[in-house]
Amino acid sequence: MKLPWARKQAGDTHNGDTRIVHSVLQKVADKPASISAFSSILAIISGLVVGFVIMLIVNPGDAVPGFFTILFGWLSEGSRSVGDMLYFGVPIVLTGLSVAFAFRTGLFNIGATGQLTVGAFTAVYIGVNWGFLGALHWVVAVLGGMIAGAIWGGIAGLLKAFRNVHEVVSSIMLNYIAMYLNTMLIVQLIYNRQYARAMSPLPSARIPTWFLRDIFPGSSVNIGIFIAIGLTILLHVILNRTVFGYELKSVGFNRDAAKYAGMNARRNIVLSMTISGALSGVAGAIMFLVAGRHLEPVNQLMQEGFTGIAIALLGLSAPAGVFLAGIFYGALEQGGYYLQLYDFMPEIIDIIIAVIIYFSALSLFIQSYVAGYLRRKVGAEVELQQGTAVK
Amino acid sequence: MSQTLGIVYFLFPLVVASMVPLALVALGALFSERSGVINIALEGIMVMGGFVGIMSIRYIELATTLPSQLIAFIGLLIGAVAGCLFSFFHAYASINMKSNQIISATALNLFAPALAVFVARTIFLSRRIVISGNYLIREVPVLSDIPVIGELFFTRAYLSTYIGVVIFIVLTIVLYKTRLGLRIRSCGENPHAADSLGVNIYRIRYIGVLISGALAGMGGVIFVLSFATRFDGTVVGFGFLALAVLIFGQWHPRKILYAAFFFAAMRVIASTYSGIPVLQDIRLPAEVYRMLPYVATLVVLAFVSKKSQAPRAAGEPYDVGKR
Repeated sequence: MKLPWARKQAGDTHNGDTRIVHSVLQKVADKPASISAFSSILAIISGLVVGFVIMLIVNPGDAVPGFFTILFGWLSEGSRSVGDMLYFGVPIVLTGLSVAFAFRTGLFNIGATGQLTVGAFTAVYIGVNWGFLGALHWVVAVLGGMIAGAIWGGIAGLLKAFRNVHEVVSSIMLNYIAMYLNTMLIVQLIYNRQYARAMSPLPSARIPTWFLRDIFPGSSVNIGIFIAIGLTILLHVILNRTVFGYELKSVGFNRDAAKYAGMNARRNIVLSMTISGALSGVAGAIMFLVAGRHLEPVNQLMQEGFTGIAIALLGLSAPAGVFLAGIFYGALEQGGYYLQLYDFMPEIIDIIIAVIIYFSALSLFIQSYVAGYLRRKVGAEVELQQGTAVK
Repeated sequence: MSQTLGIVYFLFPLVVASMVPLALVALGALFSERSGVINIALEGIMVMGGFVGIMSIRYIELATTLPSQLIAFIGLLIGAVAGCLFSFFHAYASINMKSNQIISATALNLFAPALAVFVARTIFLSRRIVISGNYLIREVPVLSDIPVIGELFFTRAYLSTYIGVVIFIVLTIVLYKTRLGLRIRSCGENPHAADSLGVNIYRIRYIGVLISGALAGMGGVIFVLSFATRFDGTVVGFGFLALAVLIFGQWHPRKILYAAFFFAAMRVIASTYSGIPVLQDIRLPAEVYRMLPYVATLVVLAFVSKKSQAPRAAGEPYDVGKR
């Protein structure tokens, strides 16, 4: 990211120090992105502080080492734990991208968890049954998950575009329908009675690890990380460099104005939700096309979809930001794994994430407060300058 | 014929037990949305209320020998207070801070189960909080002898059912027959008009959200007392089901009752259908019945949303400058 004030500062040096400070503050105040980045960091810090305080209350003696474990646990076992951080981070990056993409196009995709569930089921179903595909097996399974997620998201999009049903409400219903459907279909189609869970995908359906196994020995990381990077770049390009992305954003920003400008608002809403759902579907596929992790018929919503909301907010809905925030979450999750050494329950991570979401919700206020503060500051400095000039 | 009657007598109390928390929580959400604040945090608030309420019940059980219905009553109150306090966070974010109400509610939904499980595991070394589970009223003296009605309403009942009925009636009257109710409704429809007549929008919206918090918190306790002898950090989607009840009931108390009855019946059928002759033969998986309320809500939404009864200003932060 280009520093917003870099150019200005260089050009203005000869005008004196106050002028530089003025221009920097002015720039920051005028540039919403930097203020939102600031409020994002503030939200993270608030979440961590609340988590730390709870740890202090529960177990004062181990709170400090425990807290550092959360923050730096991902470094504790070298390349192995770094690899696992990426492994935990990938699905969250993808659900984060899913939610962020919807946000950018004016939609709130609270249905990521449902889309992820149908994606996971479809991928595992293909992974269990379609062994004849050979080397392409895992690719088809991931694509299957993607299509299932896309359909699930698309339903919410259709309802929004043609029946004016708010996507939040329809997505909540679709989440639970997906959850029960998942349980039902696991038991009917791919049930492993002995362990009361879904069967394992065939080895040919597992996401390959390629050379990552050598770089991060002992960790579970797979090439899902490359898929995540690829999709991050793709979304960045779509949103910022294509007419299609511009139309999607326009419709999100003002449906009527976009329609007036000749865009097909309905089609764009459906497409937005479909793409968003596809991303969550891929997340579900990547989560479960691995060894040692199984779908279970337990009637529980998968939390990864909701975590994606937090990640999208923290990443300011920009693909690159979401990627970073998702990996940050992977680090927390990995830290939480080691946390049990200190008698802390890993749920503290979920508490921290929830607090971060809450403060992200307040971010609008924080942003306007910071912007106002900066403006006042700039105003004061301008007065000061004028004062000196009069003298 | 007598067999059918037997099944009805068997199922009805179960349906009522599911219906009461659903209807109460949906009514709470109705107050919140009618005042103009969307509250999808019901699930989280129920968990928080259930957690604090059940934990209190456990300690009261251990420390005292109070009669069990009194303990239940205290637990319900504590749950309501806890839910009320917890919903304050949502109210503050959506009313004072003009935040996105979905985001702040999502935060509450994630926070409550995480905290409940964290605390339970830290204190009890297990996510479960176990209570004695002796809160069923087998027979209400005298009243249970009334034919039919006695069998339906006064045997195998819960204290929460009677409390719930009273609260439902009182709050419905408040909403439609009092000045406060009119103000709440007006804040959700046209806050600017209400403001111009001197109504304090912020105060009314706080009242709406806090009522929904109290009812959801109490609903969480009712949920555990009626269906389980332990609390394990979840109300299995009951809060979202209540939201579906509210929408299916089109933001109207009487229709909410019908919706709650329908949804509760589906829940009961899902868990008992193997004992009902007609359904036994159809052999549908239980999940079909569990799914049905959500599918029905989607269908209803698809057909009525163009002339939706949703409060017009629900979800919009109040901004004086927009008048």
